[in-house]
Amino acid sequence: MNSNKIMVDIQNVRKDFGTVKALRKVSLQIHEGEVVLIIGPSGSGKSTLLRSVNRLETLTSGQIFVDGDPLIGPKADIRKIREETGMVFQSFNLFPHLNALDNICLAPIKVRKLSRTVAQERARKLLKRVGLGDRENAYPGQLSGGQKQRVAIARSLAMEPKVMLFDEPTSALDPEMIKEVLDVMLDLAKEGMTMIVVSHEMGFARAAADRVVFMDEGEIVEMGTSQQIFDNPREERTMKFLKHIL
Amino acid sequence: MASLNNHEEPRVIEITDGVLLPTHGERRIIDSWRLTLSIAILGLLAMIFLVKDPYSQIFRVVIKGAPLTFGVTLGAIFGSVFLGLFTGIGQIAHVRLLQLISGVYVELIRGIPLLVQLIFIYFALGKFFQLDGIPAAIIALSICYGAYQGEIFRAGIEAIPKGQMEAALALGLTRGQAMRYIILPQTLRIVIPAIGNEFIAMLKDSSLVSVIALRDILRRGREHVSRTFLSLETYALVALIYLVFTLVLSKLVAMLEDRMKRHEQ
Repeated sequence: MNSNKIMVDIQNVRKDFGTVKALRKVSLQIHEGEVVLIIGPSGSGKSTLLRSVNRLETLTSGQIFVDGDPLIGPKADIRKIREETGMVFQSFNLFPHLNALDNICLAPIKVRKLSRTVAQERARKLLKRVGLGDRENAYPGQLSGGQKQRVAIARSLAMEPKVMLFDEPTSALDPEMIKEVLDVMLDLAKEGMTMIVVSHEMGFARAAADRVVFMDEGEIVEMGTSQQIFDNPREERTMKFLKHIL
Repeated sequence: MASLNNHEEPRVIEITDGVLLPTHGERRIIDSWRLTLSIAILGLLAMIFLVKDPYSQIFRVVIKGAPLTFGVTLGAIFGSVFLGLFTGIGQIAHVRLLQLISGVYVELIRGIPLLVQLIFIYFALGKFFQLDGIPAAIIALSICYGAYQGEIFRAGIEAIPKGQMEAALALGLTRGQAMRYIILPQTLRIVIPAIGNEFIAMLKDSSLVSVIALRDILRRGREHVSRTFLSLETYALVALIYLVFTLVLSKLVAMLEDRMKRHEQ
């Protein structure tokens, strides 16, 4: 499914939190339709890198282009980039005062200016797609963790993004719910969505990831296909880390 | 103050400085609220209809002040919520100047007694521009309570998990849209008990307006005493009237809070 078009172009990105260097000159190109999995120990900067792509973290230096549009500088249109970039969080971040349908409809109505009926029709399709066609009236408090995360994915998809960012989407889930979320992500990958996923789910990596990136101490240590990284890591830091999680 | 943790359940901010709202645990037939209200109403009725003289006469005189008491309270409720909301948002704004303005307002107003503010606005500022008693009272109460409510709204906004704003921004909403559609609706639910307490306190503090010659319940009572010298009888009745109003209002606030909660689940 990969094309040659670069969808996300991360160039020499640096991020300091005070004296802590969270990202040191990271560069990474993600092609249209590519699924990239970022792994690494906690504090390695993988979430910071992901959150930089839609500027939830502001960079110390460097530049990121999303579908050719710059993220930083006078020409940057951050809202346009955020509209085109879906994000799924570890803690779901569904809006607790809105039901599942309204969670999904809000941004299309307020940002894309769709009419309520069109937005709802789309939202219902998306809910069906993530297997929750019968829960449109449920409030987040009435849903299980796996269901919440599936609604959150549907909410992002409602904006018809060009790129989806997943920030440890299954880390807050009970084991029996991880699969239902991963299945939705696998479908998405099959349909050709460009995806950047911070996660340690090996099964997902082997089934869907075109590339696996290993980060440590704010830099990319090694990247390759899932077989290369998981079965034949070259760097010692990668081997050491894999020993911990396997 | 609510504690901040990362989960989605909104917490309730408990700041009480007025009548305690009836708690949800109390579901027995005789609870403290019902008992107090019954005593107050029975006392009032007994005085007015059984003892009659002089209470029915006093009641007829002082109750004429009720519309003014309610009017000033209601006006000040709107004014203070408006001011409080903007102060609360100002305190967490990303613009330093807004933070300073709302911060100074809160510090300044909270450090001056309401009675002093009321007299200052009516008499001192009256030298520069003529203010009628009722607008002066509503403005003074609004400014004073707006500062306290600003703190409540600020705490309420800060109690919403950071992920809510992030999710809204990530979807392409502006900060203002996120505030309006995501943060504030959740904040309102959290602050209702605390804000409701402020309403009750305002109803009681509206009695201070009697010092600027507004003929509220208390003022009419004082006038009646100066005519008849029935101080014990008059002030007992005035106290009971305030008590009944306050208890009823506290029930209304509790019901509002209940409705909000039910909607959530």
